[in-house]
Amino acid sequence: MRRFLGFVKKEFLHIFRDFRTLIILFGIPAVQILLFGFVVSTDLKNGQIAFLDLSRDEMTQKVSDKICSSGFFRRSETLMSYNDIDKVLRRNKIKAVIVFEKDFGRRLISEGEAAVSIITDGSEPNMATLITNYITAIVTDFNRQMAGASGTGILLVQPEVRMFYNPSLKGHFMFVPGVITLIMILICALMTSITITREKEFGTMEVLLVSPLKPIQIILGKVLPYFILSFIDVIMILLLSWFVFGLPIKGSLILLLAECMLYILMSLSLGILISTVSKTMQQAIFISLVGMMLPTILLSGFIFPIENMAEIYGWVSAIFPPRYFIVIIKNIMIKGTGFLYVWKETLILIAFTLVFIGLSIRNFKIRLE
Amino acid sequence: MRTIFYLIRKEFIQIFRDKFIGRAIFGVPIVQMLILVPAVTFEIKNVKLGIIDRDMTTESRELVSQLEGSTFFKVRFSTFSEQEANNLLHRGKCDLILQIPSGFAKEIGKGNPGRLLVSVNAINAVNAQLSWAYLNGVIRDYNMNIIAENISSRTFTAIPQIKVTNRYWYNELLNYKFYMLPGVLGILILAIGFILAGLNLVKEKESGTIEQINVTPVKKYHFIIAKMVPFLIIGLIDLALGLIIGKLTFNIPFEGSIALLFLGSTIFLVAVLSLALFISTFSATQQQFMFTAFFFIIIFVLMSGIFTPLESMPLWAQKFDLINPAAYVMRINRMVMLKGSTFQDISREIYSLILIAIAFTLLAVRRYRKTA
Repeated sequence: MRRFLGFVKKEFLHIFRDFRTLIILFGIPAVQILLFGFVVSTDLKNGQIAFLDLSRDEMTQKVSDKICSSGFFRRSETLMSYNDIDKVLRRNKIKAVIVFEKDFGRRLISEGEAAVSIITDGSEPNMATLITNYITAIVTDFNRQMAGASGTGILLVQPEVRMFYNPSLKGHFMFVPGVITLIMILICALMTSITITREKEFGTMEVLLVSPLKPIQIILGKVLPYFILSFIDVIMILLLSWFVFGLPIKGSLILLLAECMLYILMSLSLGILISTVSKTMQQAIFISLVGMMLPTILLSGFIFPIENMAEIYGWVSAIFPPRYFIVIIKNIMIKGTGFLYVWKETLILIAFTLVFIGLSIRNFKIRLE
Repeated sequence: MRTIFYLIRKEFIQIFRDKFIGRAIFGVPIVQMLILVPAVTFEIKNVKLGIIDRDMTTESRELVSQLEGSTFFKVRFSTFSEQEANNLLHRGKCDLILQIPSGFAKEIGKGNPGRLLVSVNAINAVNAQLSWAYLNGVIRDYNMNIIAENISSRTFTAIPQIKVTNRYWYNELLNYKFYMLPGVLGILILAIGFILAGLNLVKEKESGTIEQINVTPVKKYHFIIAKMVPFLIIGLIDLALGLIIGKLTFNIPFEGSIALLFLGSTIFLVAVLSLALFISTFSATQQQFMFTAFFFIIIFVLMSGIFTPLESMPLWAQKFDLINPAAYVMRINRMVMLKGSTFQDISREIYSLILIAIAFTLLAVRRYRKTA
């Protein structure tokens, strides 16, 4: 046992002596949480729009004032002709152009109908949809006010909406679970596989193998520090999201931490498996980054919901464990559901862990011969 | 000049002796284009809808059938119990619940506003907002139908109404692949250039061959230029490869001038490569370099505006993006490819990139020491 502890201590020293390893361990989680929290947002604020007013009357003035006073848009240019539209959109400063048809006000009063068209920059589809929706809503509101003035209700059906789980529509609920999932894969799978292949590449594995340590002790000793450090990372991420973004944990904290431990175990066994199949650090890095990181980002439903992708991606994502962990963590953290809702996913993760451990034991023995 | 030429030749020989790199140069663009581009989508399809129809009248059924007819929604459940519906939302079996209270048709018949209750699973805020907007659109259409009927049935005084039409320029159908592909091209050459160039220099350090160059009369800038040029060429080849794949598989439009796109990417690559060389002078092993590179690439990519527009970022992030080369190339690629922007439209981006590239190159040359 003392031998084993000595070995674990050696591993910790390896980690703490290299500040770049520490960057990966603690810098990346913190940076990701902060960047996702503050930078990656699709909020619409101060969207710069231009007006092409072919009518210039009191009515168009009223409508454009209403649009600009909403707080979402800022009038930054007034155009003179249709040809200007392409010019301003091409320069990327302006996201949308609002065109009032000729004789807008006169038609509205005499014919009871006038047209306004919104031309948006479709090269940014999300922004374009959002802007179109916002402006349409503002104009609809304007219509209602006009109708109210003339004494008849125009909006016959009034929907009331409740946003469940996330009433203020914050992005945090998506990315905190995602970042935890990503970081665990990064630290456990990438770091463990690198630390073991490094010993192979430098030839120090031989030294360890001829020492009185049993192979299982070597593996456990390699893995234990990362287990502890990644657990600290989980707690750090949860604390950060609690203090900086006020993200509560609705469900049971103990269940959440237990599931995280299971996931860490799964990733560690994956890391060991990667190390047994790769000969050099470069290969290990490549397999973990391309083989694991990319699918975790893309196919776990972390940023991009799986339902929105072509069906084949849904099938492919089924073989990547992060997908199940995201479901678990979202259920516990945000919906506050209990174990009954996530037992299936938990079982799948356990199965993955067992398979990875089984495969690595088989591969590891072959290498020893 | 001849020295540089020989050094570049040496680099090429060295690069292509490594089979792994040879595969990565062609493998990475193919994988990124074919997997990243179609997977990364915010497009909404098949929103799972649950319906509680307590009214059970022709009017309510008409609303439901309009929803069923739209391509965005799939009616998954129909139930009478609110509790069951909430349970379904809880288990993720549906994303949206529309509740039509009893007396809905009666109220409308009287000319009173009819109420509807909508519950949205908003864990994914973007999705929630968009699917709510679509639902709202369907309800708006439904309203228009009722009004039209009313007008024909009674003599209805015309209410002045502003009609809104809209068009999306440059990307009429809001195809997300067109949006993502130019951005992914930027990330592609960022990752390839950054990692290959940095690893290359560190590898020379690790195996000690850098000493052999250090004892020759090769100048510092000779060395840095010779390390940059091969990866610059590889990066541009990858860019061309990515463009061809994009054209063949996604039929991506190309409005602007190809030369302009390559000009932007060349300057971008110079900036990226010199930053990679600069970082590699601090790293003793490949592992150390990879960790640092990974850290930088994550920050550059997340802040570049590939997923979300720059304008939505807080001010400090917009300030940081003034020195983030990825943010410029993202804009240049999208503007040139999708909108056909000319040199004048993107001149600000180009000049800023040139400044960044010069600054990073000077840093790399200064930092490189011939003494061990």
